[in-house]
Amino acid sequence: MRVLKAPSNPLLSSLFSLVLSIGGGFLVGGILIFMAGQNPLLAFYAIFYGAFGSLHSLSETLVKSTPILFTSLAVITAFNSGVWNIGAEGQLVLGAIATTGIGLFFGGYPAFVLIPICMVLSFAAGMLWASIPGFLKARLNINEILITVMMNFVALYLLRYLVTGPWRDPTAAEAFTPILSESIYLPKLLPGTRLHFGLLIALLCAFLVFLILYKTPVGYKLRAVGKSPKASKYGGISVSRNFFIAMALSGGLAGLAGMSEIAGIYRRMMEGISAGYGFTAIPVALIAKLHPLGAIPAAVLFAALLVGGDAMQRVAGVPVGIIYAFQALIIIFFVISDYLKEMGK
Amino acid sequence: MTTQNFAIELLSATIGMATPYLLAALGETFAERSGILNLGIDGIMLLGAFAGFVGALISANIFFGLLLAIIAGGLLGFLMGFLSITIRGNQVISGLMIGTLATGLSIFFHKVIVGVRLITPRVETIKPWPIPFLADVPIIGPILFNQDPMAYMALLLVPISSLILFRTNLGLKIRAVGENPKASDTLGINVFRIRYVCMGIAGTLAGLAGSYLSLGRIGFFTEGISGGRGWIALAIVIFGRWNPARVLLGSILFGGADALQYRLQAMGGILMGVYIPPEFLLMLPYLLTMVVLVFIYRGAGAPSALGRPYKRGVT
Repeated sequence: MRVLKAPSNPLLSSLFSLVLSIGGGFLVGGILIFMAGQNPLLAFYAIFYGAFGSLHSLSETLVKSTPILFTSLAVITAFNSGVWNIGAEGQLVLGAIATTGIGLFFGGYPAFVLIPICMVLSFAAGMLWASIPGFLKARLNINEILITVMMNFVALYLLRYLVTGPWRDPTAAEAFTPILSESIYLPKLLPGTRLHFGLLIALLCAFLVFLILYKTPVGYKLRAVGKSPKASKYGGISVSRNFFIAMALSGGLAGLAGMSEIAGIYRRMMEGISAGYGFTAIPVALIAKLHPLGAIPAAVLFAALLVGGDAMQRVAGVPVGIIYAFQALIIIFFVISDYLKEMGK
Repeated sequence: MTTQNFAIELLSATIGMATPYLLAALGETFAERSGILNLGIDGIMLLGAFAGFVGALISANIFFGLLLAIIAGGLLGFLMGFLSITIRGNQVISGLMIGTLATGLSIFFHKVIVGVRLITPRVETIKPWPIPFLADVPIIGPILFNQDPMAYMALLLVPISSLILFRTNLGLKIRAVGENPKASDTLGINVFRIRYVCMGIAGTLAGLAGSYLSLGRIGFFTEGISGGRGWIALAIVIFGRWNPARVLLGSILFGGADALQYRLQAMGGILMGVYIPPEFLLMLPYLLTMVVLVFIYRGAGAPSALGRPYKRGVT
């Protein structure tokens, strides 16, 4: 079955995958929108305009890119090491809980003390949450996919318990925590927009993850274990130890996403602080070919889909749920493009 | 309410709650026995729940709803098959994306077809079919013989699946393909066809399991109605060691946890004089899954070729 011949040049080959997956995703997505009796071209225009059309929409795209970049770096660290962390969503929630706790109970300290503490503790909270599946996988070889998925549900109910119970603001009409101390707010990057310092932290993390994975012995071991656990074992690398390290690092990065959302955007905690960023991270990581720097444009692309999707719903009346189908279709075509490349060889 | 009545009611509810787990997990048993790990079950169940509801809503006929759920589930099962069998894609990635696709489609078409209405539209639910005479037997009657047809069917599928898997030629081929596809191929078994058949079974049963969530008790659809039950079904397959009889046991365990959780919520969350916040009761099935995986997983014999795509002519 050779329908399309894939180019052999590596740069062209990557371009081929991108065009095929994004094009294919939009084509099938467009057909679905058409089947629902709506105008796909208007929907696509609304997505594009809604994501990039003005300074405001562009800034919103970057605002949404921030948590997605953090969580996709988490996924990239794990997947590169052969660990399927599907729990970035729950780890994000734990990071958010840590930052909220500091903002609620230790708000009196100055910002230059509190913000680093928030970062460290949110990282630690995500790390701790992820070490449970990490430990179970490393020690007992228990499937980390199911454990991380289950822990997402537990984390979301824990969040709901906190905001409806002990941490609830009694004066708020809805289940929110009180507004947190100003000392934990991340500074704004651009006045008049929601763009905040978290984006720079996320970019720095992308660079750091790149350095760790590709330029240090730690990263070399992680990737070796991810490529071939058997060969690593014979080479004297502890597979279980590296599975655990990968999971812990991954959870920490996802925890930072929670910190960034609370301290940069919401400034209080409520249900729905994450629009599924922990799940969007998976297609982002895949389309970035699990490269930390590739995650930057990939995160912007998927954030644009989310922000543009909201605009599409407002302007073209196409329900935003189709965006999740788009995300999946893009990766499905990405998988197909890999197959075509293999056939073309 | 006497303790005996409470126990009977709880056990009867357990069978109902176990039904979607059982259907999905039996289907997944076939898929995994043939070597395919289908992580998309939860999404397929969501789409099945939606398709079942919408089918019943527009036709005012439950059977049409069930048919639509089966078709939707089957189509996604085949798509998963296409990605993992023909395209030889990574099964974890393919499964996750099938799940995301199905979830997105259910949310999208729910908004398009049903939209936001003041009053949530409801459809008729599947009615219990008390089996004459047997339903009147004390204790066992109300627990086992006062269920609805879907529950009976799910229970009947347990021995049928066992027979197919362990007593027929097809079952032998399925197990062979999941253990050693290369050797099976050499013996003239069509690895690809067997795996497609199993994915078809897994998809349709997951779709049907989903439809039971919307049509079984409540008669409407909400986003996220599956509540991770597809994921729990995957854990049940591991608990069940890829064996239908043990899968039934696992389904009853989790059905029981669900039933207990709902009962406790209905009783105001008070257990032995201690108040448990509803969020912690809701965590119960997920925590139970984790505990079960920790205590049961060791020594479990998964099909050897599980998760690995098969390519002809490669050593």
